[in-house]
Amino acid sequence: MNIRSIPGSPLEPLRHVHQPLVHDSATRHVQGTAAYIDDLREPEGTLHIACGLSPVARGALKGMDLDAVRRFPGVVAVFTSADVPGSNDVSPSIGGDPMLAEGRVMFHGQVLFAVAATTRDAARRAARLAKVEIEAETPVVSVDDAGRDGEKVLPDYAFERGDIEAALAASPHRINGMFRIGGQEHFYLEGQAAFAIPKEDGEILVHSSTQHPTEVQHVVAKVLGLPDAFVICEVRRMGGGFGGKESQATQWAAIAALAAHKLKRPCKIRLDRDDDFATTGKRHDMRADYRIGFDDAGRITAYDVDYLTRCGCSADLSQGVVDRAMFHSDSSYWLPVTRINTRRLLTNTVSNTAFRGFGGPQGMLMAERMIDEIAWASGRDPLDVRYANLYREGEDITPYGQKVSELGTMHALIRQLEATADYRARRKDIAAFNAASRIIKRGLALTPVKFGISFTLKQLNQAGALVHVYQDGSIQLNHGGTEMGQGLYQKVAQVVAEEFGVDMARVRITATTTEKVPNTGPTAASSGTDLNARAALNAAMTIKARMADHAASLWNCAAGDISFRDDRVFHGNDSMGFGELSKKAHLDRVQLSATGFYATPGITWDRAAKKGSPFLYFSFGAACAEVEIDTLTGENRLRRVDILHDVGKSLNPAIDIGQIEGGFVQGMGWLTTEELVFDAKGKLLTHAPATYKIPVASDLPADFRVALFPNTNRADVVYASKAVGEPPVMLANAVFCALADAVHALAPGTRVPLDAPATPEAILRACEAVQGRAMGGER
Amino acid sequence: MTQNIRKAIQFVHRGEVITLDAFSPRRTVLDWLREDMRLTGTKEGCAEGDCGACTAVVGRLKDGQLVYQPVNTCILLLGQLDGAELITVDDLAQDGVLHPVQAAMVAHHGSQCGFCTPGIVMSLFALYHEDMRPVTREAVCDALAGNLCRCTGYRPIIDAAMDACATGAADSFMAARATTQAGLAALAGPDDVLVGDESSFFAIPRSTDGLARLCLAQPDATLLAGATDVGLWLTKGLMELHKIIWLGRIEGFGAIEATADTLRIGAGASHADAHAHLAAIDPDLGEVIRRFGSAQVRASGTVGGNIANGSPIGDLAPCLIALGGTVELRRGAEVRTVPLEDFFIAYRKQDRRPSEFVAAVTVPKLRPGQQFRAFKVSKRFDEDISAVMGAFRLTVDGGHITEARIAFGGMAATPKRATRTEQALKGISLADEEGWRAAFDAIATEFQPLTDQRATASYRSIIARNLLLKALMEIAGSDGTRLVDRASTPHRHSGAAQRSPEPVAEPT
Repeated sequence: MNIRSIPGSPLEPLRHVHQPLVHDSATRHVQGTAAYIDDLREPEGTLHIACGLSPVARGALKGMDLDAVRRFPGVVAVFTSADVPGSNDVSPSIGGDPMLAEGRVMFHGQVLFAVAATTRDAARRAARLAKVEIEAETPVVSVDDAGRDGEKVLPDYAFERGDIEAALAASPHRINGMFRIGGQEHFYLEGQAAFAIPKEDGEILVHSSTQHPTEVQHVVAKVLGLPDAFVICEVRRMGGGFGGKESQATQWAAIAALAAHKLKRPCKIRLDRDDDFATTGKRHDMRADYRIGFDDAGRITAYDVDYLTRCGCSADLSQGVVDRAMFHSDSSYWLPVTRINTRRLLTNTVSNTAFRGFGGPQGMLMAERMIDEIAWASGRDPLDVRYANLYREGEDITPYGQKVSELGTMHALIRQLEATADYRARRKDIAAFNAASRIIKRGLALTPVKFGISFTLKQLNQAGALVHVYQDGSIQLNHGGTEMGQGLYQKVAQVVAEEFGVDMARVRITATTTEKVPNTGPTAASSGTDLNARAALNAAMTIKARMADHAASLWNCAAGDISFRDDRVFHGNDSMGFGELSKKAHLDRVQLSATGFYATPGITWDRAAKKGSPFLYFSFGAACAEVEIDTLTGENRLRRVDILHDVGKSLNPAIDIGQIEGGFVQGMGWLTTEELVFDAKGKLLTHAPATYKIPVASDLPADFRVALFPNTNRADVVYASKAVGEPPVMLANAVFCALADAVHALAPGTRVPLDAPATPEAILRACEAVQGRAMGGER
Repeated sequence: MTQNIRKAIQFVHRGEVITLDAFSPRRTVLDWLREDMRLTGTKEGCAEGDCGACTAVVGRLKDGQLVYQPVNTCILLLGQLDGAELITVDDLAQDGVLHPVQAAMVAHHGSQCGFCTPGIVMSLFALYHEDMRPVTREAVCDALAGNLCRCTGYRPIIDAAMDACATGAADSFMAARATTQAGLAALAGPDDVLVGDESSFFAIPRSTDGLARLCLAQPDATLLAGATDVGLWLTKGLMELHKIIWLGRIEGFGAIEATADTLRIGAGASHADAHAHLAAIDPDLGEVIRRFGSAQVRASGTVGGNIANGSPIGDLAPCLIALGGTVELRRGAEVRTVPLEDFFIAYRKQDRRPSEFVAAVTVPKLRPGQQFRAFKVSKRFDEDISAVMGAFRLTVDGGHITEARIAFGGMAATPKRATRTEQALKGISLADEEGWRAAFDAIATEFQPLTDQRATASYRSIIARNLLLKALMEIAGSDGTRLVDRASTPHRHSGAAQRSPEPVAEPT
């Protein structure tokens, strides 16, 4: 462990770490010179691929007449499942994700075949000329269609603590309910893209917009029937990922690779936005059926929840996603007796996948609904019910057996936000406003975030890095993490520059490639920096130690007396440039290249026993949101949001604030305007930004106050920082709860049957319901 | 088109005049940039004009002055660049020095993944060149409504915009302004343009008479105004349009003429051009236009095109119907005028004959005693298509309603009047809320709306009723009926309207 990551040690100020340096690609982003897959200069002879998609959600694929497709001018080849030399499966887990449909279709938009043509336009036009014969069957579209005991992609799984039936029976108060939580389209601005270039002897280079280059490599190899070593996957950056390119970038890379392999020509695929919507998975939508027991103090005595989760047509990452919903079903609350059951339902819709938060948001939102239910039933302020149920000493074991660390952080953070957001005074003001306002009602909510950091699949908690120091003292940095805008490359570079004591300009960030660092996990689970910065730091420390030894030999001193700072190397008053030492070390045959490796220590999880400590630590946060709604239309505005968030000791406060604000707004979109609508035949009607509405600039609250909670990570994490990628999404729960609070103002004491997303229609439906009117016509 | 035909389009790019005499009439500016010119700074995010990643800026002379406006290049056709200057993100930095909006974006950490960033930079570049200082936060949000960012949550981008626009525009484009204006003036000649041949062409008539002749000669040609809808027929529908007549360079076709009683909007006027004039009739109408698409869409899309296209939702049509608007149609030398409500016959079917085109829309201004309200209800507040659009013009005398004109969008296959409700409102007292009941009973019988991805039928029906209630309450004098006050909505009249808020022509 690096000595400087020990909190409170007397050290010289850090030059790069903890500084708000700009994203490494910022100046290229603003000039349009940061290259994405489709910007790469195409080698002569490059072909473009478009896919033919199923117009039916479920049925037997009887035949495909592709003659017209093949005859279309510019078409070079058409590929079906029969053309796959290896395995026709792009699944990240247990299988069931055919690259090209084979025998049956499982969802509307499933890829049936791929067309390679000289232009993208020709490929797209040709793909629409296929005559497909499918014996259509009635699809299972929603979780209600599937039913509690419908077909599953994975077995049911539950956490249980205590005798739930007895606890419910003994509870002074009981509430039963159902809560629908919508899915979410990632809407990364750069759609799925891959570019495959054939090399010698069957080798292939795949540029892929993926969060998981290693999986792309392995799946491409499997599809082509090649050893992994024949395939290189490279990604310099993604135009956004959010989980949508964790497992589901693979199919496109594999299709491009198949065409390139067969045709011996470079082949590129870039999905049209509508096709991207149709063919790639979303955040899992869920229906939570719940029973709550609580006492006269508003404390939870029993919580029974049964999640019906729409996994789509295959398992994909649903095990991890739905498990994480369970891990976060407590939000920040002590559940003395609980049963958290999950049903992983198979539907004839696109296979749902990772999305920032990975199930956590759904688990936590339901817990906040539980708190609001208790508040509505007991006449208490919801914040007081939250306080009454927060984990505390002696009541700090999660339903899966991990002790919640940093209870002090959790409590202090929420108390601080309550004060800085002026919660109590505003609560009074809002009550006065609502009493005087007939049409417009305001609402307020303060909700906590506690998010467990680490992959719950243990083998993913490892990372590698490769660092080279060249003879001129310039440094090349490579690691297994991918850059999707989150600033990972910049943070890792800051750590490496800090270690070598050099200017940031010396550290050249290079594209992630399976050629340099093999066997990596996905950049996911908020863990990119925790894992990769540590691996890179380990590599840098190895080289630095060798350089220090060499400098010590030159100066005839102990290596411990050598220091690296200000872009130079010092021994007492003597110094030389970092480049000078690099050159000297090389001439003396010192190896200036090293790999680094890191595996998260100390985490345990026994899924079968449902016990362990799967998380290295927790990240905390809280948000306070004030909204107002129009009770005639359901339209709403966000008046003010206060956020206090814990990132430990921030590696880069500017980047971390960016993650917090961006995550919050993305979560807000999920809970308000972003509505996925499928028709009865399983076709996604909200298929593009014209119909699927993510937040725009004016959706931000006019008054938006975001602060970092001063903290330090007690776990052994690089420079005492904490992960930041996913937890802020759940700060948006405050917006949803505030909207419910505003509806509640229409009829205090009444339960608010507001489902997510809280679109204007959903809000109006809830307004009508609390006033005793049924709106009818639910989808 | 019998004489003076130019066989190529001409536009200014990077200080040079580009002349193109052979291209598919369907070619988009984005594909030309990325595929032909290999200028990949401009990105494709959605190919339907909704995300703004492809935003570039087009400079045109309006009343002799150079005006910069943002455009969605993914649905802008190449031929539409004729006579304009094209500026993309590739062109802003000079000798490695970032443009002020680029520098502000870097300084405020305004990019994360960077894919939306080129488009955002260009939208801010257009804002930077507007004659508006200080720039308000609302104006920035308005300028960015057509630019989706999925990473940042927008706060740093808004800060960057406020910072970059804290002082007046002073960049190389301002320095070159006179040269650019002269260059564009040199491209302003009166020649008609036809690129292609009789079977496949992109035609640019320059006079209304020329357009009328061309429409008679080519009855199967597609009339293209802003391409904000036709563009999607191409990028999403993959339609094989071979003959395109673009209406964007017809002298006087976008003229806006106001009399004491009416406003006549030439079909070629963009929403941006018409914004201030419509807002002058009523602030609600101004707000409807402000929420119309995005700055990019309003800069390209036209009032005439919006009407001619006949969307069942079209935010403008219900408003203009409620105001008693008429549409002027021309075929050859023959001109006829029809009430706007009669122009819409059925879903996407209008009363427009082959070779006939929309020449203008005329809107009566409000008379004393008349009050107007318009409400747009959509899933997202900005840059969304309405679930329901309700427009109300009530004439009030002595506290009683003497006449009502009410029209809705999103409630039927066409924008449609609520005639029974109008009848039921006649004679009612604004002071007696109980007496409004007959109107609510009437409106419940007017429409059988659909359930679609935007809203269910039951929601639409309740909204129609509630918007009527809201209009009546407001006209009766209630306040506290809105989330955003009627008078305080942020107005930012982009483009030409910003510079010439007075009517272009004021006939006697």
